Amino acid sequence: MTTPLLEVRDLATHFFTRAGVVKAVDGVSFSLRAGEVLGLVGESGSGKSITGFSLLGLIDAPGRIVSGSIRLMGQELVSQPQATLRGLRGRRIAMVFQDPAMTLNPVLSVKRQMMLALAAHERLSTSEAVRRCIAALERVGIPDPARRLESYPHEFSGGMRQRVALAIALLHSPAMIIADEPTTALDVSIQAQILAEMQQLVRETGTAMIWISHDLATVSALADRIAVMYAGRIVESGPTREVLAMPRHPYTRGLLDSLPSRAEPGQDLRQIPGATPSLLALPPGCPFAARCAAVREDCHQHAPPLMEQGGRSLRCNHPLLPWAEGAA
Amino acid sequence: MKRFLSEFAENRVALAAAIIVLAIVLLAICAPLVTPQDPYDLASLTLRDARRPPGYVGSKGYSHWLGTDAQGRDLFSAILYGLRISLQMGLVAGAIALTLGATIGTLAAYVGGRVEAFLMRLIDLQLSFPAVLLAFVLAALLGQGRGPLIAALVAAQYAYFARTAHGAAVAERQKDYVEAALSTPLPARLVVWRHILPNCLPPLLVVATVQVASAISLEATLSFLGVGLPPTEPSLGMLISNGFQYMLSGRYWISIYPGIALIILIVGINLVGDQIRDQLNPRLRR
Amino acid sequence: MNAIVSLRGVSKEFGRPATLWQRIGQATGWGEGPPILRALQEVDLSLMPGEALGLVGESGCGKSTLGRVVAGIHAPSRGTALVQGKAPMQGGRKATTRVQMVFQDPFASLDPRMRIGRTLAEGPRAHGLLRAGEEEAAIARWLEQVGLSADYAERFPHQMSGGQRQRVAIARALAMQPDVLVCDEPVASLDVSIQAQVINLFLRLRRELALSMLFISHDLAVVRHLCDRVAVMYLGRIVETGPAAQVYAAPRHPYTRALLESVPKLSVDGQPARIQPIRGELPSPLRPPPGCAFHARCPRAIPRCREERPTLQPISAAREVACHRPEDA
Repeated sequence: MTTPLLEVRDLATHFFTRAGVVKAVDGVSFSLRAGEVLGLVGESGSGKSITGFSLLGLIDAPGRIVSGSIRLMGQELVSQPQATLRGLRGRRIAMVFQDPAMTLNPVLSVKRQMMLALAAHERLSTSEAVRRCIAALERVGIPDPARRLESYPHEFSGGMRQRVALAIALLHSPAMIIADEPTTALDVSIQAQILAEMQQLVRETGTAMIWISHDLATVSALADRIAVMYAGRIVESGPTREVLAMPRHPYTRGLLDSLPSRAEPGQDLRQIPGATPSLLALPPGCPFAARCAAVREDCHQHAPPLMEQGGRSLRCNHPLLPWAEGAA
Repeated sequence: MKRFLSEFAENRVALAAAIIVLAIVLLAICAPLVTPQDPYDLASLTLRDARRPPGYVGSKGYSHWLGTDAQGRDLFSAILYGLRISLQMGLVAGAIALTLGATIGTLAAYVGGRVEAFLMRLIDLQLSFPAVLLAFVLAALLGQGRGPLIAALVAAQYAYFARTAHGAAVAERQKDYVEAALSTPLPARLVVWRHILPNCLPPLLVVATVQVASAISLEATLSFLGVGLPPTEPSLGMLISNGFQYMLSGRYWISIYPGIALIILIVGINLVGDQIRDQLNPRLRR
Repeated sequence: MNAIVSLRGVSKEFGRPATLWQRIGQATGWGEGPPILRALQEVDLSLMPGEALGLVGESGCGKSTLGRVVAGIHAPSRGTALVQGKAPMQGGRKATTRVQMVFQDPFASLDPRMRIGRTLAEGPRAHGLLRAGEEEAAIARWLEQVGLSADYAERFPHQMSGGQRQRVAIARALAMQPDVLVCDEPVASLDVSIQAQVINLFLRLRRELALSMLFISHDLAVVRHLCDRVAVMYLGRIVETGPAAQVYAAPRHPYTRALLESVPKLSVDGQPARIQPIRGELPSPLRPPPGCAFHARCPRAIPRCREERPTLQPISAAREVACHRPEDA
């Protein structure tokens, strides 16, 4: 087996706040092969976005990566100086945010921003750079890219702005894109357009992608593999189809059962009781125990260890389906 | 509240400033108990003790720590009594200006339309005049005394509060909870008093601390210029003004010590105000 | 049975009053008037007692404005909006409190400086629905109705989670003993697991209280789950209405179909579903296109769609559609 593009081991990112230590990411491990799409799913506060930021070295005080390793193409990123990470960001790893306003500067034209992004990592002639910008805009489905290049961000609609952000992310043909809820703020029809283009882009360019989302449906449409996060940990991961068809963790099952699209109209949904625990004071044992439908006595004392087998991983003391030799 | 205080205490400078301001306020309140002399009691003044340097032991047998002024007043006592007047003026004027300005600003924001446009343009017009000039003209017209002085200070300052209250109220008015209150529907009076106004208070309080400081310095300026309080009740500004003519003859203390007291008070209040502003500003919060 | 809410030809426009220059321009014919946002155009809609009506559409289609007209927050620019035969906000106290609203963002819709108990009691107290001395018991009852314990009355909103706050917002609306509940995206800002809890709460309240509900959402699955009937909006107009089951199973308006097909489906087995997006973007409500507003994006458009605007016409027993070439049943 070839070395994966990205290998994350026991990553822990903690925030040292006035109220105490917030263990936003606590022992996350996963890997990503070239051209693969990983869907990182979880509710707010599950640590999915912080995981993404950690990969880019974008954790600000009072937060800090306290342990673990992030290897990109064999190169260790944790404990690298910011300058090295800055060299990687945009060139090798790019990020797309939920709100394109986070990446687009409102007072600069799209052309200027794209040219600046190009100049940050490459030396190109002006005409060559313009050609690259137009090609990037074309690739994300912006009509009449040569003309739109001169526009300012506010002249684009929300969906088009997100496309521009995506085009900037694609400029250097990065090996990996981290997309944090990129379609959440968009309308259904625009989300569908972008999802369809993403499906095509990933296939054509072979860019690996981490798609962070709370929406299981969009993830299922895009991701080869899925990782479900809860309270700072990945509780279950594996090939998307397998995980969704045969969830082994009660939380994954609970999420699927909560979806109104999977229930008979008008019938009560099978809800997960309670709310996500505060990351400040996680109980001992399994953090999901208090809400779990399949909880047993020992769950409150023993934190489930990480089990890995055949491309699937699980953190559960009492899986819904047997987790044994050859289970997957 | 507890968290607010502990967070406040983390900024050492602001904490020191708060302690100093509190100490000054306490000293000013307790002035009759801690001062050796009542500077307003003209009978107790002796011209023999006038213009004596700091440390001079006067005819009454006690030492004048900070010297005496041209009338033979003990400067330490005069400064504390002066602070009393300055603080009184500043706080009363600040409170009235806050009430008046907040009412105008919130009402303008709530009513909207032409009333809002008219009121706010009026405020803008006033803000474009120097406050000192306006207060000076008013104080000169109204004559000496506490009432006229407070009126002048309020007139010079309410516009800042109105501006701030208006800005905050416009922002609050568009929020969902106000819309929820309107759709219930609650009477307009309740919406303004119970919902919009309380949520506009934090920015107003920040402005208030700064404005109290500026009211004190404005009062000192007016007194220095001779349009403030009568000379029988010397505030800090008047003490500075009185001592000014002796500066060149080497009797620096008559002006300098009241001046230092004034500076410490104003800088102290401003530091406290800055810290409160930083803490209330969610954008600066981590 | 008479409709509890009925809208007849309701239009709502937002615009600034013309500036001097714009007025001169208009008068001389050299310039344009001030831009007018046509949020709602000639909307006819009725809500029956006990019915849950879902209002779906994309952002800017006017669904929130429609909800606010029903709740009496906005008065219609033209047309009539009647609640039990009276105009809300003009029909006296009775009619005004009959409709209550739940907003999307529970972090914004509760006054951050007011304790929960006071927030709940405020409306009933202002309208004399609460006798002196009853308050505490009533607050406990309202909280219990939405699944919260009585001690939440002493809390401030920032001490609660999003789901709990949304329950409080629902309790506040119910405390006014309304006949109609207008819910504007009430679960959109909640997490998936919390969403399910709040949806279940709505289902229970409907069963227990016989409420009429206008449920505004961009989430088609949630509307399908909660509502009996659905109205699809596009650019300020209703383009299709009908029983939810029928509309979802066999949409007649091409936009409804396109919208339904845009939603990514959770595929648990087999290949990921191919998403079929609608072409193009929503036109601006400042300059709605002539004819059918959807014609530029419509795969079934004919020249007539560009020129003549289709009106909402009954197409079968309970269904209406505004289209020159509706899809086959």
